[in-house]
Amino acid sequence: MEFDPFLLARLQFAANISFHILFPTITIGLCWVLFYFRLRYTFSGDKAWEYAYFFWVKIFALSFALGVVSGITMSFQFGTNWPGFMERAGNIAGPLLGYEVLTAFFLEASFLGIMLFGKNRVSNRLHLVSCALVAVGTSFSAFWILSLNSWMQTPTGFRLEDGVFFVDSWWEAIFNPSFPYRLAHMLNASLLTAAFLIMGVSAWRARRQVDGPATWKVMRTGALMAAVLAPLQVWIGDLHGLNTLEHQPAKIAAMEGIWETEKGAPLTLFGFPDEEAKTNHMAITIPHGASLILTHDWNGEIQGLNEFGDDIPPVAPVFWSFRVMVGVGMLMVLVGWWAAWGLFRRRDENRDNQIWLLRALSVMTFSGWVAVLAGWYVTEIGRQPWIVSGLLRTSEVVADHSSATVMGTLFGYVLLYAFLLVSYIAALRYMATKPARSLTLTPQQRAMKAERIDDESAQGEA
Amino acid sequence: MDLGYWLPLFFAGAMGLALLIYVVLDGYDLGIGLLLPFADEDEKDVMVAAIGPFWDANETWIVLGVGILLIAFPQAHGLVLTSLYLPVTLMLMGLILRGVSFDFRVKAGDKHKAKWNMLFAVGSLIASVSQGWMLGAFVTGLTGDATNTLFAFLIALALPALYIMLGASWLLIKTEGALFKKAVHWGRLAVLPMGAFLLLISIATPLVSATIAEKWFTLPNAIGLMPIPIATGLAYAGLIWVFNSNRILHNGYGWLAFLSLIVMCVLASIGLAYSLFPDIVLGRLSIWEAASATESLLFTFWGTVITLPMILCYTFFIYRVFRGKATDLSYE
Repeated sequence: MEFDPFLLARLQFAANISFHILFPTITIGLCWVLFYFRLRYTFSGDKAWEYAYFFWVKIFALSFALGVVSGITMSFQFGTNWPGFMERAGNIAGPLLGYEVLTAFFLEASFLGIMLFGKNRVSNRLHLVSCALVAVGTSFSAFWILSLNSWMQTPTGFRLEDGVFFVDSWWEAIFNPSFPYRLAHMLNASLLTAAFLIMGVSAWRARRQVDGPATWKVMRTGALMAAVLAPLQVWIGDLHGLNTLEHQPAKIAAMEGIWETEKGAPLTLFGFPDEEAKTNHMAITIPHGASLILTHDWNGEIQGLNEFGDDIPPVAPVFWSFRVMVGVGMLMVLVGWWAAWGLFRRRDENRDNQIWLLRALSVMTFSGWVAVLAGWYVTEIGRQPWIVSGLLRTSEVVADHSSATVMGTLFGYVLLYAFLLVSYIAALRYMATKPARSLTLTPQQRAMKAERIDDESAQGEA
Repeated sequence: MDLGYWLPLFFAGAMGLALLIYVVLDGYDLGIGLLLPFADEDEKDVMVAAIGPFWDANETWIVLGVGILLIAFPQAHGLVLTSLYLPVTLMLMGLILRGVSFDFRVKAGDKHKAKWNMLFAVGSLIASVSQGWMLGAFVTGLTGDATNTLFAFLIALALPALYIMLGASWLLIKTEGALFKKAVHWGRLAVLPMGAFLLLISIATPLVSATIAEKWFTLPNAIGLMPIPIATGLAYAGLIWVFNSNRILHNGYGWLAFLSLIVMCVLASIGLAYSLFPDIVLGRLSIWEAASATESLLFTFWGTVITLPMILCYTFFIYRVFRGKATDLSYE
């Protein structure tokens, strides 16, 4: 069977970027959480916060390493798989990536050393500063890469000469129309992913009866984050959607499964989009729903997919990914509120009383991953058939490799990534089963001010 | 001043510098990865501790090198990376395995530690051999014919030898006791093969590439170039001397070996730059033909002159914080 090398190149890139994004999503958010743990310890002297830091910094280090190595892969694949992209859009994409390396990668990679292993080599203040610098670095990194991605979605500030992009205004290119929304949406998604991860692992520890005071403090931190940030995310997502409607109407039409342009378009809750017949099968709809959500007007007009001829994205994957993202997002709002209510109002650290909440939180451990991946599929598949919206087609920039070559390497990558993902989750599980060090904290110790207590009697890890 | 002339030159220099720093810095940690199977269990921990705080930033230099290729020379970026598709893919897989093993070996539980140590070494080997292959193919202009492939194969073997020497020399700085003795032993074993490889490559390069041969052997250039092989030879002699002098080694001057290797790498880069210049892909694309638009280069230029010195400063600072002999890596 002969496979289309173009499709294979896209699959390979999709496999790499999907694997990659899992880890930055965790680290961007988790890093700020770690900084918070360190701050709490510095100000309160409560050792539980320090243990929380030590426990989570290990998971951070592991996630960071996976993010770095899979990120290096990305920087090469622009060239190996999509040489035409850099030849045509390099004048704009290049500097943005360059600034990411110069302002973010070195900063985070360098100070990570101190953050992880430098606790006893530098002052507490410098260690705090290092944590903050790593966090700033990861967020800078998100800034530049999302700016580039947004420019590919909503290009501005350029001129085209013989098919090559030249920059007219860096300000307009960097702060292109979809960038503020995408940046806010992604940073918030990272914080939410981290919130559900720390709650999930803590809940799991509580159910396995290896929890200590620190475990519950961490869980409450996560609950507070989720209760505030999950509804915020719904709001940001709505704004982002309105922005997409303005600039990429075909993507919205695919997300909503709207084929014909109409006023008062219905919202399709469920259905099977059929690209051949240009309709949805077994659709369950709410009349006027799509118009109301997207234009905030009962009879607002929404452009249908048929307006765009052949230049439409694959409809079903976009349609379904969108529903997965929204569904998980709504679940996150509910569970976030439940957790905040259960953990703050009752302040009950008894695992038997909280068992249903703990179960729910364990199930939701990796919910952030699911929502983030689904969200990225919406926006990236939704951009097709373009690599730069409306201007440059993905098929124009693909490298000329034989399908056997791409197939072989794709197979290799997928095997490697599957192996690493299993190892990652197994390692997380292993770390989560060690009894909490904060178990050994006595009430006096917990109240004691700063300074390290020689803790020879402590069993296991934090 | 003609920016269209100077900016590509500046970025070619910056790219060369980034890749040179990469070879030295990630070279020593890949080298330690290659040496890992020959150490006993406790020594393995110390060896990893000797590179633990640094490897991440070390690896970032290759991202910068490739980044500059992409930013400043987009035409070459596509050509180079598509031609090197296979070795690049292998190298990436090697770097992935190596990078994650750092963390997994201590976090996945003791019963998996041996497996991750093994993958650490295997990843380092794949990455360094592929990098040698890439370098060899690049130097000969990415033509891929039989002689050039043989040449690339030669470099594929030489680069791990260099990395082993860098790794052993780094261990002279960071370790003591039995492991230090082992490092000396490893260095003594590897130094001759490394020298032989370098000599072979120096002989083979002008044979494989007529363009390079012309640049090397025409007068008066040939005379002007003489300091490079002479200085390289001296540095190499110095390296052998350090590894064989117990007096130097045991009085804490082991870092001289690392210094000799740095000198050799710098000289080799100068030679390489001279051989390629003004082409970025030998015989096919000059740095000016491959360069991106001047306004794009200028935008990145300012970022580079501001951030690169800062990066060098805090890199130096990190090395200062973690100076001295490596002890157990502890998060606490």
